Amino acid sequence: MIAALLQGVPRRGVVLLLVFLAVLMVAPLFVNDYLLTVLILILYFAYAGQAWNIMMGFAGQLSLGHALYVGLGAYTGAALFFHFGISPWLSLPLTLAIAGLAGAIIGFLAFRFGVAGVYFAILTIAFAEFARIGFDHWPWVGGSGGLFVPVANYTQNDVWTLRGSPRMFYYVILTLTVMAFLICHALLRSRAGYYWQAIREDEEAARALGIDTFRYKMYAVALSAAMTSIAGVFFAFYYNNLFPEQVFHIGRSIELILGPIIGGVGTLFGPIIGAFLLTGLAEALRESMLRLGIDLPGAKQVFYGICLLLVVVLLPHGIWPPLSRALGLDAKQSDKPEA
Amino acid sequence: MPVLLEVEKLSKSFAGLRAARDLSFSVGKGEIVALIGPNGAGKTTCFNMIAGVFPPDAGTVCLAGQRIDGKRADQICRAGIGRTFQIVKPFAGLSVLENVVVGALNARRTVAEAQRHAEEVLDLIGLFPKRSHPASSLTLPERKRLEVARALATDPHLLLLDEVMAGLRPTEVDRMVQVLRDLNVERGITILLIEHVMRAVMALARKVVVMHHGEVIAEGTPNDVTNNPAVIESYLGEAVV
Repeated sequence: MIAALLQGVPRRGVVLLLVFLAVLMVAPLFVNDYLLTVLILILYFAYAGQAWNIMMGFAGQLSLGHALYVGLGAYTGAALFFHFGISPWLSLPLTLAIAGLAGAIIGFLAFRFGVAGVYFAILTIAFAEFARIGFDHWPWVGGSGGLFVPVANYTQNDVWTLRGSPRMFYYVILTLTVMAFLICHALLRSRAGYYWQAIREDEEAARALGIDTFRYKMYAVALSAAMTSIAGVFFAFYYNNLFPEQVFHIGRSIELILGPIIGGVGTLFGPIIGAFLLTGLAEALRESMLRLGIDLPGAKQVFYGICLLLVVVLLPHGIWPPLSRALGLDAKQSDKPEA
Repeated sequence: MPVLLEVEKLSKSFAGLRAARDLSFSVGKGEIVALIGPNGAGKTTCFNMIAGVFPPDAGTVCLAGQRIDGKRADQICRAGIGRTFQIVKPFAGLSVLENVVVGALNARRTVAEAQRHAEEVLDLIGLFPKRSHPASSLTLPERKRLEVARALATDPHLLLLDEVMAGLRPTEVDRMVQVLRDLNVERGITILLIEHVMRAVMALARKVVVMHHGEVIAEGTPNDVTNNPAVIESYLGEAVV
């Protein structure tokens, strides 16, 4: 299993990755509360970005409405806990099924009726908006007044009900991020991974090579949606409050995809690098402005815009491809046969 | 010789333009057949109907006795027809090997098996040294070869090759001719090719089908058709004779 995971990965890459992981494992022992919340936010975006990347980066289907799956996951987990006291882990299969089904419905409508490219992206926004308006008027989940998860007792960590300190949440999201990374790594080397990339590069050629493109696009959407819904569950239990206006808002969808775009769409490290850079720098900016006594609402959005602009102009494939070459981790383009 | 591909009375119109009318011809198992004709004759339309890019308006296509017309492109590939595209469609972001692995997965159970098969095919086509390069870095002749490699990796009984010689230098044409001949003789792969390069057609095909204005105007051995007055007038011109 581990041998299969490591196969074809440059040794230097494995070492760097393990060091990086070790640093993340011990980080909570050394950072203060504020930095810990920033790290949690970073890992949250790394995880969600990784899930989005399956659909866009691997299979080439642009979703601008991933807040839908975040929201569905958040509301399913939170509502079942709020009403019936069901652990979010226990309700997870249902959460995954609901989000996966939502993705499958959107995918079916789009792929069956030839809605592609920009129009597909608009369709994903539309469904997120439907959900926002729908949840706003659904009393069982609190409507526009919001849904509040019974507040955490910080003295006791209970992973089963996801009630506890930020440190516990940090390790939960770190575990999720590592698992998402490993899943994506394995997926890329699987039949589905090859087929998705073929579809992304040229759908007609993919079809001519025997790929049922409709089926594999459906897999990508459903899987991406289901994985994203776990980010939603985390979101709900970490923040303890949910408002349709916030969680389904298109701004959420955009925020979620900036990391992978800046880090490198379709790469395994893109979502992680992107999340660290964007969230890290945005928080640093906010903090230093606070220290200087400058109060500029919207500065974060402007900062995101500038980052996006710079990357699109200077590094159209994102930061990771050139970075991996600089670190000597790129297998392609080398004339030497792999060892 | 048993018939592998039987095309009967195939017709297709695009918004009133008759691209193909009552096309009928057959390809025997193990044969190499060339489909020639001037630009706009309907050759690629004919290929696209066989390969399932779009269904014919009328007529039938049979592969080894089984009706395949109206099926999707991926189903037709799985039925045993591999095709290349006239305008090459490499998976630009993938390496050369990964491109061929995608094709090889069609008939292989695991990725590891597909990788081994893809390497064999690349070796055969002469692209093995370039296997870890991104497909986007290949030259046009290499991209044409990649098209063939990818289609070949699907383990087809019948290869449809759409102008794989176009843009190649004469020595490269000879090389490709040799590769195709080897595939035909050693692996028993039947080949139907659209080709303008007469040097390749004459060297490869045992049978030539000539199309003009969406119809088959002649069919026979390379010698027969090159001496056929209708073919000379519509396509070859006087100089060839």
